[in-house]
Amino acid sequence: QSSSTFPVANSIESKLKNQLDPIHLEVLNESHMHNVPKNSETHFKVIVVSDVFNTVKMPLQRHRKVNEILKDELDGPVHALSIIAKSPSQWKTMQDKGIEIAKSPNCKGGDGSLPPR
Amino acid sequence: MPQCGFSARVVQALQSEGVDFASVNVLDYPQIREGVKKFSQWPTIPQLYINGEFIGGCDIILSMHESGELGNALSEEKVEDGTQ
Repeated sequence: QSSSTFPVANSIESKLKNQLDPIHLEVLNESHMHNVPKNSETHFKVIVVSDVFNTVKMPLQRHRKVNEILKDELDGPVHALSIIAKSPSQWKTMQDKGIEIAKSPNCKGGDGSLPPR
Repeated sequence: MPQCGFSARVVQALQSEGVDFASVNVLDYPQIREGVKKFSQWPTIPQLYINGEFIGGCDIILSMHESGELGNALSEEKVEDGTQ
C-alpha cells in the first residue's frame, strides 16, 4: 500500500508510532465491511500495544488518548474507529492464552449519510 | 435495531443484561449526532451513558459486558434508584 493511495491509513500509522512508540501496531482499514465506496478510508480498527498503557490503565482513558492523537483524522475522513489498546504484558498474556481479537461487527447498512465535514 | 453494526452490538449487550434503556437514533437528529460528540468529547457513535455518565463506545461496552463489569455498573445503578 503506498501512502498516496491510502493517505489516511498512513497518517494514522505514523502518528501512533510517533506518539506511543508501540511494540506492536496494526492499522486495519475496515471500510470494505461497510456501505461506502471502494477504497474508502472511513472505518478503521487499530491494535496498539505500548508501554504508555502501563500507566494509562483504564480502557476509557486509553481510548481517549488514541482519539486525541488521531483527532484530525476523526474530525476528517474517519467515521468509525475500533481501538484495541494493551500494555505489553497484557498483550503477551493474550498471545500466551491464544486470545484473538474479536472481529468488528458487520455493517447494518447505515443510511448512506456520513456526517458532513 | 439500529442501522449501524456497532450500535446494534451495544443494543444486543444491553438487551442481554436485561435492563430497560432509552435510546436515540441520531440518524433522525443531526444536531444530537454532532452535539453528543461535543458533550462527551468522544468522536464516534454509539455512546452509552449510565446515570448521565459517559461510559464508552462499542469496544469498551462489549469488553465490559464480557467481563461482567457492565452488569455491575448497571446493577449499582438499579440499587441507587431503589428499584430492582
